[in-house]
Amino acid sequence: MNTKVLIAPSPHVHSGDSIQKNMYGVVFAMLPALIFSFVYFGLGAIIVTLTAVASCYLFEFLITKYLLKRVPTLNDGSALITGILLAFNVPSNLPIWIILIGALVAIGIGKMTFGGLGNNVFNPALVGRVFLLISFPVQMTSWPKPLGFDTAYFDAETGATPLALIKEGLKKGEPLSQLMHDVPSNIDLLMGNMGGSMGEVAGVALLLGLLYMLFKKIISWHIPVAVLGTVAIFSGILHMASPEAYAGPLFHILTGGLLLGAIFMATDYVTSPMSNKGMIIYGIGIGVLTVVIRVFGAYPEGVSFAILIMNAFVPLINVYVKPKRFGEKRK
Amino acid sequence: MLKTFSLGGIHPAENKLSASSAIQVLPIPETVSIPISQHIGAPATPIVKKNDEVKVGQLIAKSSGFVSANIHSSVSGTVFKVDEIMDASGFRRTSIIIKVNGDEWMETIDRSADLVKEISASKEEIVKKIAEAGIVGLGGATFPAHVKLSVPPGKTAEVLIINAVECEPYLTSDHRVMLEKGDEVLVGTQILMKALGVNKAIIGIENNKPDAIAHLTSLAANYQGVEICPLKTQYPQGGEKQLISATIKREIPSGTLPIEVGAVVQNVGTALAVYEAIQKNKPLFERVATITGKSLKNPSNWKFRIGTQAKDLIDAAGGLPEDTGKIVGGGPMMGKALTTVDIPLTKGSSGLLLLPREEAVRKESKPCIRCGKCISVCPMGLEPFLLMVLADKKEYDRLESDAVMDCIECGSCSFTCPANRPLLDYIRLGKGKVGQIMRSRK
Repeated sequence: MNTKVLIAPSPHVHSGDSIQKNMYGVVFAMLPALIFSFVYFGLGAIIVTLTAVASCYLFEFLITKYLLKRVPTLNDGSALITGILLAFNVPSNLPIWIILIGALVAIGIGKMTFGGLGNNVFNPALVGRVFLLISFPVQMTSWPKPLGFDTAYFDAETGATPLALIKEGLKKGEPLSQLMHDVPSNIDLLMGNMGGSMGEVAGVALLLGLLYMLFKKIISWHIPVAVLGTVAIFSGILHMASPEAYAGPLFHILTGGLLLGAIFMATDYVTSPMSNKGMIIYGIGIGVLTVVIRVFGAYPEGVSFAILIMNAFVPLINVYVKPKRFGEKRK
Repeated sequence: MLKTFSLGGIHPAENKLSASSAIQVLPIPETVSIPISQHIGAPATPIVKKNDEVKVGQLIAKSSGFVSANIHSSVSGTVFKVDEIMDASGFRRTSIIIKVNGDEWMETIDRSADLVKEISASKEEIVKKIAEAGIVGLGGATFPAHVKLSVPPGKTAEVLIINAVECEPYLTSDHRVMLEKGDEVLVGTQILMKALGVNKAIIGIENNKPDAIAHLTSLAANYQGVEICPLKTQYPQGGEKQLISATIKREIPSGTLPIEVGAVVQNVGTALAVYEAIQKNKPLFERVATITGKSLKNPSNWKFRIGTQAKDLIDAAGGLPEDTGKIVGGGPMMGKALTTVDIPLTKGSSGLLLLPREEAVRKESKPCIRCGKCISVCPMGLEPFLLMVLADKKEYDRLESDAVMDCIECGSCSFTCPANRPLLDYIRLGKGKVGQIMRSRK
């Protein structure tokens, strides 16, 4: 025989799935929310997105090449996701130099310190976001109003997010029923007609992304359902106990970064548990912490903190929560 | 909703290229090389020597223990030598090489094509005859069939399950057997039922073979206690544990055999061989195999004499394609890559797959992104990513406690991994080591 043949153990075929396919699938799922953010916040949103993405790529390249002295692997798409998610998590009028700091922290500290893709404990974009929120509280919480596409960047008209509005009002002792008149209607909240970070406002676009990722089997339903379900149940119980002190479940789900967090941030492969059972425990943890921080904490918004705290529990969950084994229980 | 197994599973491209090609008979070669180890268990002991004359169906190597199997000559002619030659495993193994002369069968074999439905043999006679005929599991595992039919004391068989799933992509030999030898398979099933003393048999067939389901369902009306069970197409449904889970919703406890849940599984090809052995007095010396591949001229199914060279089968289907990059004995998920086509086909040869070079080359392995897809596809509920790391780090205690020995080596994890990690390669290494440690403890 003159043909040379390969010898390798089975299986001899592969599904053709790849890291790139999954990563770019997530990017595709983020497109509706990205388009909505451009429509609502105009030029500012485009500048912020481009800056965040470009700087994430740049920092990943520089760090891999000159600090780690490895061949940079930029084509896996993970830096693109971090960049877009970072942009999604900041106001659309954030100065460029702050975005650069955020990208450096996200990629440098959040990801590369741990050894790059696959090794990081915390969601890189959230590490960047929380760093900025604590370091630059003023710039990070002046939310431009979604006025439709205009060219204003720094001098955009700003306003509070619905969550902050409620929190401030309740602190002053105003009744919730009164305050609810000041926040947009549920339909407006779903369509994203409110102040907030770029990518978090348009609930309907985020849900479209979720459907796409579920359909393409990029993620499973466990984490988003566990997070949203827990928030709905927990905030619902509080609301029923004292309707004048606590907002209802729908308000909690549609406002702030909950949908963005539950759909795109908590589901990050690397920083979420591996088994379905683990994912549900992790999702419940995020849901509970989110409501606790929002209702009882100092910040009006708690999704980022909740996800980062639960990220820290993931290694523990992976060790103690095992998938159901075949033939395990039999009576 | 069609039935399927309880955990995990994948659906690789089916590529059943040869499904509509009727079984053809491969010409008898000039010489055959019949290995004495074609089954799981102890190799048989040769009882012929150089220059002995043999007939088709004559015993040439005797079973050397309970878990072993008789081997019969597949041709008539003269024993040329008993020597070591390379077999499908890549190792040199003792084989009996016979120069063919004519085609003279043992007189005891009934060569007529008439269907014999009446089962006159008793329970004990059946098991004895199956052992004598050298029948092994023809699904590929080649476990001696009579061993599974000897129910250990204290256990009872409740149901016989016939594995007609053929979940491996590309392979179609079982499919063709069902279409062309339906009645024989069903009589064989009833013989096996009698041997086990059960009154119920379930034939599990995936619904990508609707013609086989329809054909057997219409025939089964004439056979008491035989039920055809269509199953959702999902790999690895042909795994014994998965098939039992799919058909009777029972999970075999870790580390035990199917009889623990009252089931005995036999392959559909085995049922045909049992029919021939009991009703026609014909030992196992030929079987059906698929020769297939996307670049192959004529993907097809052939009945061949055991000991025929793989090359002869490939030549019959149009010759080895230019772009062949891998020759797989068996299916693409669990088959073994062969180093050469100059090896004999044996009782366990269910097919030969010729993969084009570009499909055969593995892609570069990337870092694990912890997506968890390997866990969600694992039919045994294991954590392949973790087992790979543990095997790499030689953490054998943890490998054992994380149930590495439950792995059935179906390859669903490696198939699915988006980072192309060689999960199963490492798990096999770990399994080998842990197995050694467990045996040394006894």
